Amino acid sequence: MSILVNKDTRVITQNITGKTGSFHLKQCLEYGTKMVGGTAPGKGGTTIEGLPVFDTVAEAVRETGANASVIYVPPAGAADAIMEAVDAELDLVICITEGIPVLDMIKVKRYMEGRHTRLIGPNCPGVITPGECKIGIMPGYIFTPGKVGVVSRSGTLTYEAAYQLSVRNIGQSTAVGIGGDPVKGTEFIEVLEMFNEDPDTEAIVMIGEIGGTAEEEAAQWIRDNMKKPVVGFIAGATAPPGRRMGHAGAIVSGGSGTAESKIKTMEACGIRVAPTPSEIGATLAQVLEERGLLERCLIK
Amino acid sequence: MNIHEYQAKSVLAKYGVAVPAGKVAFTVEEAIEAAKELGGKGVVKAQIHAGGRGKAGGVKLAKSLDEVEQYAKELLGKTLVTHQTGPQGKVVKRLLIEQLTNIEKEYYIGVVVDRASGRVVMMASEEGGMEIEEVAAKTPEKIFRETIDPAVGLLPFQARKLAYSIHIPKALVNKAVAFMTALYNCFVDKDCSVAEINPLVVTKEGDVMALDAKLNFDDNALYRHPDIQELRDFDEEDPKEVEASKFGLNYIALDGNIGCMVNGAGLAMATMDTIKYYGGSPANFLDVGGGANQDQIREAFKIILSDENVKGILVNIFGGIMKCDVIANGVVAAAKEIELDKPLVVRLEGTNVELGKKILNESGLNIVAADSLADAAQRIVALV
Repeated sequence: MSILVNKDTRVITQNITGKTGSFHLKQCLEYGTKMVGGTAPGKGGTTIEGLPVFDTVAEAVRETGANASVIYVPPAGAADAIMEAVDAELDLVICITEGIPVLDMIKVKRYMEGRHTRLIGPNCPGVITPGECKIGIMPGYIFTPGKVGVVSRSGTLTYEAAYQLSVRNIGQSTAVGIGGDPVKGTEFIEVLEMFNEDPDTEAIVMIGEIGGTAEEEAAQWIRDNMKKPVVGFIAGATAPPGRRMGHAGAIVSGGSGTAESKIKTMEACGIRVAPTPSEIGATLAQVLEERGLLERCLIK
Repeated sequence: MNIHEYQAKSVLAKYGVAVPAGKVAFTVEEAIEAAKELGGKGVVKAQIHAGGRGKAGGVKLAKSLDEVEQYAKELLGKTLVTHQTGPQGKVVKRLLIEQLTNIEKEYYIGVVVDRASGRVVMMASEEGGMEIEEVAAKTPEKIFRETIDPAVGLLPFQARKLAYSIHIPKALVNKAVAFMTALYNCFVDKDCSVAEINPLVVTKEGDVMALDAKLNFDDNALYRHPDIQELRDFDEEDPKEVEASKFGLNYIALDGNIGCMVNGAGLAMATMDTIKYYGGSPANFLDVGGGANQDQIREAFKIILSDENVKGILVNIFGGIMKCDVIANGVVAAAKEIELDKPLVVRLEGTNVELGKKILNESGLNIVAADSLADAAQRIVALV
């Protein structure tokens, strides 16, 4: 088992003919993901990698039976692309695009109210259930099927964590990049809820960064609800206040959103926080050992 | 992106936000000319991208043209140090000469994006002139908030609620509502990330106006606002950061001595943190992005080395889609091209990592190939 995506997920790519979209289409196909087609307005009726291209998402869904989409539409059109996918009633929409205006995302969130689609991202690497389904831009080979869930605001730190787990022979159930923007489709708590309910996830790695208070809220939720051990890491302890550190959402403003506050709250809520990113894997292994879960999490 | 107060007031005025009459001056002569139009007196306000100007002596009341001249001479070229500029301060190159205002009472109005609700929120407080963070810490009950539904915008009743909550004189509530509505309209129309009017003032003449104004814009939305892009003041930015942005590199200057080059924003922050954890001090944040080709690596090296404080460089690349040998070749070629003469520690991880390390070790250059980020950080800290 896993969360969000599995071997039966049928995926369309929005902007399938673009440079990024077509490159990662190929990578995801090679990984074994059921990529079933895509959209590129004006190019309907053509094919790419043997898959059909449609003008609209509604048509693509009707013809391919897709239940998920991945978006590589440039920032100016990305909000529209998300809403088109939501209107087509897909279960899951993953938006990779970085650089969407925040007020566009506010409109998107309003538009999605009362509709059943789940949005992951934007500005994220995607979602992977190792060995079954990879949707997005993450390098597939660093992930290994297993029992540890990973949720992160940062792409490369997701890779860092997954790699450290894999080399320790600890596999992953699903890794979810929720993205580095301030307003996004899915927050930590929602992913943690899914991992909590997933019978095949034994422990969770949660990677946050400066900006906002989502980590603090997640930590309190974990203290009150989580049945499984959680190990954390927070990036940005040395970031100067008032500066955006690459990600649009990674900013300490008015004394709020500091790494210190997040780490303090997480530790107070029973989450073991790795002191450096190099120790995420070791910290998790230690916690699993203490809880007697290590053996179950090792790849057989 | 930030802009100056005088620019913010001019943008706001186009939406009907009431602001005092005023004009920008780059020279003492322009300051005197501007003051003549205001009846021979005015407020002389230093224009820098930082708050706390009043306390730092950057705002002067001039009751005559002689005083305008005196203050303009004093402020232009002066380095102002406020709690937001850092100890090095900022040089004043522009002044706002503004009409004197008969202040009855000061208030605070702010508009921000609330991440938790994914909505725009307008905040108001009776504690005008104080920093909102300070009010939030000491007397949070004095801050009132209205969450705005993007489908309908700020509704009049919401603005009225805020106006009554902060005790705007009843006769002026309608003016305050018009002010808030105009402010919200400007915020969404121009893709602001922060709009702060501190203080908002009620004057003895019964006007409601913005005595100070701060507008920040969403960098991601600047593409659709060429008029706002023109307001960018490069003097307010670090030249290294401006240069980096031309090459699609995300660079932020810091005050340490270990230059960093990393792919991915999260890993770049974590690399800085790790250097600090092992007793060093990072000179910068630099995200070279997912591609990290030789051209980008070369430009990144140049920008890092243009900082005189840099004594050594740590490159940390997680080769995801890109293979480590390709990255290693790029690093070696770029280091040779710029004749790098400072210690360089490179940590690569990912596909073909052994081959990548071999390329680094056999390059004939002074490059140390590290095994992990922790190892890399300890090595570079020992070398500088």
